[in-house]
Amino acid sequence: MSNPLVKLENVGIQFGGLKAVQNVNMYINKGELVGLIGPNGAGKTTTFNMLTGVYTPTEGDITFEGKSIKGLKPYQVTKRGISRTFQNIRLFKDLTVLDNVKIANHHLAKHSILSSVLRLPSHFKGEGKMEKESIEFLKIFGLDVYKDELAKNLPYGMQRRLEIARALAAGPKLLLLDEPAAGMNPQETQDLMDLIALIRKEFDLTILLIEHDMSLVMGICERIYVLDHGQLIAEGTPEEIRNNPKVIEAYLGEEVKN
Amino acid sequence: MKKSKAFWVYLALALVIYAVVQVMTANEMIDLYYQNMLITICINIMLAVSLHIVIGITGQFSIGHAGFMAVGAYVSAICTMKLGLPFIVGIIMAGVVAAIAGLLVGVPSLRLKGDYLAIATLGFAEIIRITFLNIDYVGGAAGMVVNHMTTWTYAFLGVLITILVISNFTNSRHGRSCLAIREDEIAADAMGINTTYYKVVAFVIGSLFAGVAGALYAHNFYIIQPTAFNFLKSFEILIYVVLGGLGSLSGSVIAAIFLTTVSQYLQAFPETRMIIYSVVLILVMLYRPTGLMGTKELKDVFRLKKRGGSEA
Repeated sequence: MSNPLVKLENVGIQFGGLKAVQNVNMYINKGELVGLIGPNGAGKTTTFNMLTGVYTPTEGDITFEGKSIKGLKPYQVTKRGISRTFQNIRLFKDLTVLDNVKIANHHLAKHSILSSVLRLPSHFKGEGKMEKESIEFLKIFGLDVYKDELAKNLPYGMQRRLEIARALAAGPKLLLLDEPAAGMNPQETQDLMDLIALIRKEFDLTILLIEHDMSLVMGICERIYVLDHGQLIAEGTPEEIRNNPKVIEAYLGEEVKN
Repeated sequence: MKKSKAFWVYLALALVIYAVVQVMTANEMIDLYYQNMLITICINIMLAVSLHIVIGITGQFSIGHAGFMAVGAYVSAICTMKLGLPFIVGIIMAGVVAAIAGLLVGVPSLRLKGDYLAIATLGFAEIIRITFLNIDYVGGAAGMVVNHMTTWTYAFLGVLITILVISNFTNSRHGRSCLAIREDEIAADAMGINTTYYKVVAFVIGSLFAGVAGALYAHNFYIIQPTAFNFLKSFEILIYVVLGGLGSLSGSVIAAIFLTTVSQYLQAFPETRMIIYSVVLILVMLYRPTGLMGTKELKDVFRLKKRGGSEA
């Protein structure tokens, strides 16, 4: 195996006496689209939170591009090139759609506080570039018509899209999507799948996806990890996962004997 | 990105106000009482706007703003009265030392959130006040005699620079980062914003201008005493910001002007003054629960009116 983009080695986390996640070994190669599935409470979002620095794993190590990112704060992880969306939408509700994207673009800009306060040329140059790039991102997601709307006034599906646009504006190499299709109807889910395929190609992204919608996961993921009770129970292609007895058991329960 | 038309309109308007007052003062059309009132309004605007960047923009509930005003007042008074330095040096020193005080208070306390932060900042402000109360060099409880040096020009320039710096900061990537922290700290962090850094930056900028306002205040009243900077003063500033509408710079300016004027006129009725003042506050909050301006700025209001007019 050549060097994977991100690697989790024996990662685990304990909250008090509760072992939420333990002994997770995962890798994602550059350019892959990997799914992470599992029943409710299996530890999927906890794994995401460890990857993004919200939680620090109590065991094991996480490496990104060969360097450990364990113990980094979320904003430092984002600067390294991992950005995410949230399961429960966390937009900046009272700010405009454009500002939401600009904020994610913030850490890629260089102009200093002093240059902004004194309105030096570097401020106008930096802000102009941010504005242009942010509108480009909005266009990809068909959100440019809403750019001056407050984020909270967008319809639900559009808010989900804006979350992805915002995560993308942070310039990630690895994009983590936490249930991007939650609450969407089949048509919206289909559009979303197309969109994910598109941005993946366009931005040369590696994607890790948590999802409950099996059609979405089986449809677009190349490889799938299955978590149950905080432990990995299976890994493989969608076909292998579909026929894995452990996975079937975790989702549907044990077969009744005799 | 060019300077908006609103900017030049505001600047022209401000200069007209300055010139009119200056001419009227020179011709003795405004007596000392009203001159004093105008300067007090300017100082209160500076205090309101400097707290607005902490509470309204960054969403950090600080209720110890009078502490930084006290630092500015005493530092500038020491510069001019004890060390014999020019007033302008006193003002600059007041800003610098208050900013450092803001940094020292901000770094430990901004880890706290919501109510806890409020209590911590209140505590720090009281510590600052009581420190001055116990230093004999600055007169202790009896206070310190300060010459009257604050003029309309100083007060006006103070307001102009405060508003310019804070609105320029707000309308940049740095200000947007602060707004993001106010909206959702976890999401802001996940989007690559160093939240602790920006909270401290906003707090330091706020403290700096509170210090400058303190310097102007000290040199306007002949005497400064620690009791002038107690928590009631902090609440007074907080009320400007909340009443104006959290997140609205023009709101806090308008509220500062409005409440300072009300409070000055009510001095003619000392027995009922605080009752009437409180009733005014209650009425405004009942009829404008999000403050006078909500989160809107003046230019948004005008823009809306214009659009509404053309459609009708």
